[in-house]
Amino acid sequence: MSLANPRLVDGTQAPPTDSTVALSAPGFEHRPTGARTGKGGRRLGATALHVALIVAGLAMVFPFVWMLLTSFKSLPQLLQDPLAFLPQPWTFDNYVEAWNAVPFGQAYVNSIYIAALVVVGTLLTASMAGYAFARIRFRGSRVLFIVFLATQMIPKQVTLIPFYILMTQLGWVDSHLALIVPGLLANPFAVFLMRQFVLSLPKELEEAAIVDGAGRWRIFWSVVLPNLKPGLAALSIIVALDVWNAFLFPLVLLNSPDLFTVPLLLSSFQGQFGSVNYGLVMAASAISTIPMLIVFVIGQRRILNSMAASGLGGR
Amino acid sequence: MPQAQPAASAPRRPRKESAWRRRDRRWGYVFVGPQLLGMSLFVVLPFAASMVLAFASWDGLGELTWVGFENFSAQLQDELLLRSIVNTLIIAFVTVPIGLGLAVVIAVALEKLKTRTLYLVLFFAPVVTSTVAVAMIWQQMFRADGVLSTAISNIFGIAPPDWLGDPKLALLAVCIVTIWSSLGLNVIIFLAGLQNISPSVIEAARIDGAGAWRLLTSIRLPLLSPIVFFSSVVAFISSLQTFDTVYVLVSNAGPDNATRTIVYHIYDLGFGKFEIGPSSAASVILLVITLVITAIQFGAQKKFVHYEDDAA
Repeated sequence: MSLANPRLVDGTQAPPTDSTVALSAPGFEHRPTGARTGKGGRRLGATALHVALIVAGLAMVFPFVWMLLTSFKSLPQLLQDPLAFLPQPWTFDNYVEAWNAVPFGQAYVNSIYIAALVVVGTLLTASMAGYAFARIRFRGSRVLFIVFLATQMIPKQVTLIPFYILMTQLGWVDSHLALIVPGLLANPFAVFLMRQFVLSLPKELEEAAIVDGAGRWRIFWSVVLPNLKPGLAALSIIVALDVWNAFLFPLVLLNSPDLFTVPLLLSSFQGQFGSVNYGLVMAASAISTIPMLIVFVIGQRRILNSMAASGLGGR
Repeated sequence: MPQAQPAASAPRRPRKESAWRRRDRRWGYVFVGPQLLGMSLFVVLPFAASMVLAFASWDGLGELTWVGFENFSAQLQDELLLRSIVNTLIIAFVTVPIGLGLAVVIAVALEKLKTRTLYLVLFFAPVVTSTVAVAMIWQQMFRADGVLSTAISNIFGIAPPDWLGDPKLALLAVCIVTIWSSLGLNVIIFLAGLQNISPSVIEAARIDGAGAWRLLTSIRLPLLSPIVFFSSVVAFISSLQTFDTVYVLVSNAGPDNATRTIVYHIYDLGFGKFEIGPSSAASVILLVITLVITAIQFGAQKKFVHYEDDAA
């Protein structure tokens, strides 16, 4: 299976650069689907399948719908009739109040720039290390790689307290440095994933450059990296999601509300207003989730394929 | 030219490495350097420190005193840690089999569809939503006077369940949220796995007269099993680390510590009570549990996991 170009999960084939899975494509077309065979039982089965999937899909989407509906309800309505489906009247007050109560705009700025720096940094450091482990022979590389693999088994939380103490020593507590620097310098899964992507590239690509006398850095920068684009795209999505949604480490490392990331601010918002007005809390939740959901819907094809590739790649 | 030299001296290794090779070795360290530095400083060092602190008594400022296994014996007799371990194991052993099972069924069903983009987006939406937001949304769903409780009350004719107030239900609520929020990721991975099965294998089985059901149980699911296995390892490790959901969904570890997990316990000891030694001991216990469960999984994989090479 080609990692750099896995068959895409939405049923389409990866771009024509793909060589390894392309040969298996024809078998796909004449696979009969249950619905087309025309037998009554099969058709019934297909209908049942659709009904089951629609029910499951509704179960996935309903909490989001309920969040949105609740966020547009006024407090009197929520107190009188907590089960009413539609807001009566529709009000935008919760959003205004939530936005003004805590610095959501600042939290978005924080989350975006932290994620951007960690993503760009990780792309560089992880592809460098992944390339070295895949292609360069140096003393200790095998042992080092095994250590990298093994550290993935350590739950991050096991290191929480010493990590916090270390950050205190460095003076990075209540600073974004505590999230950014370790984030982009210590990601064994990213290294592993990039090594897999490099291994799936044909060696001939580099050999020509080696014969031409190019140094390793030039080979890496101008031959390998451009060919790693699908892998880099996948990695950036995985890392961005991870950083964006991180909670425990930001929770212990950041104290000033102005420095909070979106999830952290949302959690502290709940602490302040949670018991008072849950229309307000749902408005805050919507403010923190809807932009991400929109980004996801726009980029869903790429995001889904990246997540699938990483899930298969970690094997 | 580096390539020419070894060829000339045939099988014998050249006594002196070429300059290019020697420089290349150094490049190896340069390339690995940044991650190696970061891993040493931010993962290995804190990990080692955690091992040390687990056997010590320290207030974070003064002298460090060795206490041997005292932290461990105290922790293992601590009702709160034992409860955390039991809760965490319940979450893991409920959410992983059900979550992965559902994901396999959904992936198989989705593979039959021609257009599945809408479903994929629906199933995956919770994965791109932060666990904090997920927990807050579900907190509303689980209100005693909320939609879910009222629906259950009307359908089954029982009193509306107080999900987050009842100790048993609170843990179940955590499990439901965990499954809901991680389902989409596994669906995507399994779907990609199913699509990567070589059609020639399927075709061969079909020529041998295998029907759709036989094809599924004898060919496609066994060939998917390495991916399910890998996902189960990841899912177990991550469910053993449950924190965000319980921190936000049910305040203060729930009624009667019903949803206290190991990581919540570590956090509570370390950052709530500033008991560094006991908190580190609890971390080591989490590590041991994680390693034991992973080892058991790798032991069991020989029985249940089929790799394509063996099958072919």
